Amino acid sequence: MMNPSETPKPLVLVVDDYQDAREMYAEYLEFSGFRVAEAKNGQEALDKAFELRPDIILMDLSLPIMDGWEATRRLKGDDRTRAIPVVALTGHAMTGQSDEAKGAGCDSFVTKPCLPDALVDEVRRVLATHGGASAR
Amino acid sequence: MVPPTALPTPTPEPDVEARLALAEHLLACDEPRLCAQHVVAWLTRERPSDIAAWLVRDSGTGRWVCLAARNLSEAQRGALAFQPDETSHPLAEALTQGAPCFFAAPRAPLPAVGCIAVPLGRPGAPAAGLLLLSADGPTLTPDAAWVSAHVGPRLAAMLPTERREVAGGELLRRIIDTVADPVLLTDLEGRPHIANTRAEVLLVAGPDASEGRRRATELNRQVFSSALASFASGDTSTVRRREVPLVDPVEGIDLLFEVVSTPVLEPDGRESLVSVLRNVTDLGRATQALGESYRRLRDTEREARSERHRLDRVLDSVPDPIILSDPAGGMVMMNGPAEKLFATHPDSGEAVIRRLRSNNASFSSFLANLLDAEGRPRWRGQLGLVDPATGATLPMEAVASKVLGDSGELTGIVTLFHDRSEALEKARLLERVKEGSVHLEARVQAATAELAEQNEMLRRQAIQVEQASAAKSQFLANMSHEFRTPLNAILGYTNMLLQGVSGELNPSQKRNLTRIDSNGRHLLEVINEILDITRIEAGRMPLNLSDFGIPELLQEVMAEMDPIIARSKLTVSAHLGPRVPAVYSDRQKVKQIVLNLLSNALKFTHEGSVQVQAEYVAATSTLTISVTDTGIGIDPANQEKIFEDFQQVDSSPTRAYGGTGLGLSICRRLAAMLGGRVTLQSTQGEGSTFTLHFPRRARRA
Repeated sequence: MMNPSETPKPLVLVVDDYQDAREMYAEYLEFSGFRVAEAKNGQEALDKAFELRPDIILMDLSLPIMDGWEATRRLKGDDRTRAIPVVALTGHAMTGQSDEAKGAGCDSFVTKPCLPDALVDEVRRVLATHGGASAR
Repeated sequence: MVPPTALPTPTPEPDVEARLALAEHLLACDEPRLCAQHVVAWLTRERPSDIAAWLVRDSGTGRWVCLAARNLSEAQRGALAFQPDETSHPLAEALTQGAPCFFAAPRAPLPAVGCIAVPLGRPGAPAAGLLLLSADGPTLTPDAAWVSAHVGPRLAAMLPTERREVAGGELLRRIIDTVADPVLLTDLEGRPHIANTRAEVLLVAGPDASEGRRRATELNRQVFSSALASFASGDTSTVRRREVPLVDPVEGIDLLFEVVSTPVLEPDGRESLVSVLRNVTDLGRATQALGESYRRLRDTEREARSERHRLDRVLDSVPDPIILSDPAGGMVMMNGPAEKLFATHPDSGEAVIRRLRSNNASFSSFLANLLDAEGRPRWRGQLGLVDPATGATLPMEAVASKVLGDSGELTGIVTLFHDRSEALEKARLLERVKEGSVHLEARVQAATAELAEQNEMLRRQAIQVEQASAAKSQFLANMSHEFRTPLNAILGYTNMLLQGVSGELNPSQKRNLTRIDSNGRHLLEVINEILDITRIEAGRMPLNLSDFGIPELLQEVMAEMDPIIARSKLTVSAHLGPRVPAVYSDRQKVKQIVLNLLSNALKFTHEGSVQVQAEYVAATSTLTISVTDTGIGIDPANQEKIFEDFQQVDSSPTRAYGGTGLGLSICRRLAAMLGGRVTLQSTQGEGSTFTLHFPRRARRA
């Protein structure tokens, strides 16, 4: 499905159990020129990540089945996905969630509520920091 | 022989001076012969040729001899001697006459014509001497008469000392020597005439006696003489007794004699004393010892009496009644307090006597307990006595103790009483106090139990409150999360629409979406602040301490507020004081507080300026960041209120200024977390200064 001759659009995996938010971010990311894959929980996120090898993952932390922290830990523990940057979407930092997120291996975190354009800005920034990600 | 005639008045006056001289001379003279010589010399002093002779009877031979003479040869003197029974002898004749005889004619052996012979001695007594004088007539010269009257007896008295005379002969002497007690015949002055051997031992020292013995006898003589002399002063006719202390000259020990003196008349008419001395030394000692014993007995008796007296006083001083009874139970002695209870007085009334009898009966039956109990030394018991005066009952405790003699026999009983009224009253009071204390204790226990129950209730309530508070915090946290999830979508889609994701919007659509957006943001702000307070209250707001610089922080604050500042017409500036150091604190919280204060200042200031000033107070190591505005200011009455939750000065539903009213409340809580505070100075209508004070180095809570 990827066309090597075209400039590949970065693939963003959006993981959120709240459909409205997930689709909102997905729509705005596509509007902003990204390819988007979606996952509803931690387990699905792992499956999609191994399958699609996204360029970046937006990970909501409170998720059913497997929460965002556990999923991030597993992604970072696997050679196939270790290099993929993970941006954590946290609720209002209740008990130092940002620290916990970093401990789990998150590369960045964004506090919700987060407006779509602010989120896209952060995605772009992280991708730029991790340079060369788009080469994959 | 011519009887002497009465003496004519002498022509010359008597020579008083000469007589006194002779008298003195004779008084000083003890020796008869010397005295006699003096006298004859004195009598012939005016007519030296006169003859004078003094004759005395020789005690050994009984012959009268010449003792002293004047103008007589030895032969003439010798011729004068005669035997009393020689009647032819003129002097013997004169002696028989017992009166002066004048011999006018010469008559052998008288030496010359004209002599007068004068017998000397006491009137009526045999003559002790004879004076022969030459004379012109039968009349004596005044001097001769004076001598015969006064000197004669004295000379006569002196004679016996010349030699011891054994009256009645050897037999008598032997008889008196066998008497064991000293016997003496003495003259009135105590000079011994006759003394038996025992008396001699005491009073006479032989020529070969030792000095000590001589002194002892001398002393004895003096004592004896003075004793007799005192007899002489009284009536001499009766027997006298007297005790005389003498010294045993041989042994040197003190002796006591009883002297019995009887006056006798010697044949020559002289008065003498027969003294019998009885050795009463032992008797004296015995008497003395007896006296001593008697005195001691008296002392002992007196002591015993004073002892008894003292005992009485001691007993009387004891406030408790004491009775001493004889073995039969009869009262022997009692002290004052006992008397009040048991002793009747003559003036006691009938009621008093009845009560006294009752007391005595009680006491008797009490004593019977002890007397009946063989071998028990004491008996203790209670007695109900009656106060004789008032009739009030006296509860008594009594202890009766046997008093035993040396051989263990019962000699008496001592009973001590003790009034128990006071003790019983005390016991009663104590009982009441105890009762009261038991009540009190019960009440205290009840109160304590109640208190414990209430404490437990309070504790449970506290737990419940705490749990409720935790639940509330959790609920609010959850709520805010639940609020934000949909709010996130609302704000997100609004944002997307405004950005034209779904195509271009007409102005009306755009304006409406903008209102949705601003209301959504306000709602979000409220939710966030509620969540902050909830977290602080729940203790779930972490303190993240780090080193940071104030200048950078201020720049950030100013940058973040820049859009709002740009929209306002205010002059906003930030100043840094001198030597503001880097600090160690929670950067996020400091920033949040400053942002909030600055945001408020901008909100409530319509014109003028807003200044942010950072200073370091070295004295207290404290940083201050103040925000000063020229806004509406705050009424002093409201200056405290605005720090409370959900409070603004204008809290009406249609208040002019936006905001949740939670900002300052959060600022104050956050400042407290940093160890600091937020203060306010404000004048209504002129402006306000809010200042954050916090320590340069925060301490972890």
